[in-house]
Amino acid sequence: MIAMLIRRLIQAVLVMLVVAFISFSLFQFVGDPINNMVGQEASQQDRAELRERLGLNDPIPIQFFRFVGNAVKGEFGISYRMARPVSEVIAERLPATLELALISGVLAISLGIGLGVYTALRRDGWLSHFIMSSSLIGVSLPTFLIGILLIYLFSVELQWLPSFGRGETVQITENWSTGLLTVSGWKSLILPAITLGLFQLTLLMRLVRAEMLEVLRTDYIKFARARGIKQRSIHFHHALKNTLLPVITIAGLQLGSIIAFAIITETVFQWPGVGLLFINAIRFVDIPFMSAYLLLIALVFVVINLIVDLLYFAVDPRLRATKRSAGR
Amino acid sequence: MTQALLSVRDLVVEFPKRKTRLTALDKVSFDIHPGEILGMVGESGAGKSLTGAAIIGLLEPPGHIASGEIWLKDQRIDQLPYDQMRRLRGKRIAMIFQDPLTSLNPILTIANQLIETIQTHLPLNDKEARARAIQLLDEVGIPAASKRIDDYPHQFSGGMRQRVVIALALAGEPELIIADEPTTALDVSVQAQIIDVLKRMCHVHKTAVMLVTHDMGVIAEACDRVAVMYAGRIAEIGEVRQIVKQPQHPYTQGLMGSIPSITERVERLTQIPGSMPRLDAIPTGCAFNPRCTQKIDRCTEDRPDLIATDQGQVSCWLYEGDKP
Ligand SMILES: Nc1ncnc2c1ncn2[C@@H]1O[C@H](COP(=O)(O)OP(=O)(O)OP(=O)(O)O)[C@@H](O)[C@H]1O
Ligand code: SF4
Ligand SMILES: [Mg+2]
Repeated sequence: MIAMLIRRLIQAVLVMLVVAFISFSLFQFVGDPINNMVGQEASQQDRAELRERLGLNDPIPIQFFRFVGNAVKGEFGISYRMARPVSEVIAERLPATLELALISGVLAISLGIGLGVYTALRRDGWLSHFIMSSSLIGVSLPTFLIGILLIYLFSVELQWLPSFGRGETVQITENWSTGLLTVSGWKSLILPAITLGLFQLTLLMRLVRAEMLEVLRTDYIKFARARGIKQRSIHFHHALKNTLLPVITIAGLQLGSIIAFAIITETVFQWPGVGLLFINAIRFVDIPFMSAYLLLIALVFVVINLIVDLLYFAVDPRLRATKRSAGR
Repeated sequence: MTQALLSVRDLVVEFPKRKTRLTALDKVSFDIHPGEILGMVGESGAGKSLTGAAIIGLLEPPGHIASGEIWLKDQRIDQLPYDQMRRLRGKRIAMIFQDPLTSLNPILTIANQLIETIQTHLPLNDKEARARAIQLLDEVGIPAASKRIDDYPHQFSGGMRQRVVIALALAGEPELIIADEPTTALDVSVQAQIIDVLKRMCHVHKTAVMLVTHDMGVIAEACDRVAVMYAGRIAEIGEVRQIVKQPQHPYTQGLMGSIPSITERVERLTQIPGSMPRLDAIPTGCAFNPRCTQKIDRCTEDRPDLIATDQGQVSCWLYEGDKP
């Protein structure tokens, strides 16, 4: 158990180092950082001085380690575009993205599992058929189109919900402002959360359904039926846990992609999160911001992967035993 | 003779297909008496497993009972509503499947599976149910049962898992166990042990068994009577000794041809020239007639019913008018 944890942690650190190297390379290959920092009229000498001061003349490995050291401390330099520390800007915008991702994640996972189980158990019901057919829409329509359709229907036609922004926010701590404490905050959250979560929801639902049907065909379910175990227990005690095992990984990855793909939803709804900033950063070739964002997303995936591994470990007894006996 | 525990009468099981329907079991009739072990043999696809599934009410749709009756003592059970049939499963009729590796739920402990089964059928509290579970495991020969009970299935060997399966099947004290090739998936070295356990447990608990197997050695050793199936029909039923020594149906004679004596264990049923017809190509008359060396004119026209002879029952025109 401890050994496994350590191995996973080492893997995670390696992954982060690789991503850090890519982020770092951005500085080297995309444009000249000096050009981006000083104006046109700076003299050749000014440039050389600045170059020296920023340590850009040091050997690459040294520069890289300095970059990693700074990143660990949360320092990513000054945003070219906003002329403020990148870490500060991100900290300011991150709550919006996290709240959006959290709500759509909860939506996708709870409804995905619930509807998946329902459609598997009532395979021939009309409601199941209806859910399955409409889920095709969720899988096939691109996110931005779903967002635009929702805006058209609920904001433009019905005028029930706002089409952009976060609504009123409440400052909880210095860095954390939340929209979850106001009515307008929730109202603003509904459409983006649905837009962002719909694809993951339908994907999860179809996965859970397929997995559940598979499990219901297994010998141990047949044997449980042959022992007269109650239908309810067969479905929710014997079958569901086995169904959810393989779903854990996918659900974890989905959560990661929800945060990563928030970019599109945030753009459609002008949601003031980091994704929206990233789009703008690309437009301005704001390298410090882009490299920080890249690292942030990688960190999210790595952390989620770690949690998934731990969950597996907690849920699947076979894993515990093989790890134990194999001494891994 | 005492009242039969289980009576299957003219059981027909069909699978609707696009245009036609396949008749997988065709007028199957037999009895199982209390405490008796009835062997069930026949080539692959003869309908042995389907017979078991029909009895316990777990035919997989679209398969269904098209006609016939199944009686458990005085109760007709082939038309019971779902929940009534569920209560009966495990309590009065239990079933054991072929593969012990896949029969147990991998993520539930043995205790969890056993105790739930016990409490489904018997009014015991947690503590009593657990004590009974340990006792059952002990009876089927799991060493250190009180410790092993909290283990997961993967922590047991194949043979041990099949013992656990037997304990699970017996948990509700059923009157009949349908054991569908309970040893086929196991190591040869443990097959005999498992049959022993099954035999002993059923003797102690006075449980009747319908034992499906391909192993004539097992039949000879464990069973009281044996039913031979062919193409969804019963070819012959009788005392094991009679059938081994003096088979009546030409198909059974072919099967037994290679068996010198019942004391000598014989591996598998030998093949008779030709093969069993597919369900959509069963010939009219006697289903065995294309392979039969003794057939008479009548065999290709009329289907023989089970005829009682002084040795048992046989469905073959050669014994027509032989009635005792
Ligand atoms: N879903 C189905 N649709 C059509 N035919 C089926 C279906 N399930 C089973 N059958 C047919 O029913 C027949 C009997 O099958 P069964 O499983 O009872 O054979 P068996 O005697 O148990 O054979 P084995 O020794 O291989 O276990 C077979 O011919 C099989 O093809
Ligand atoms: S009925 Fe005819 S074909 Fe069938 S087994 Fe008897 S003799 Fe052979
Ligand atoms: Mg079978």
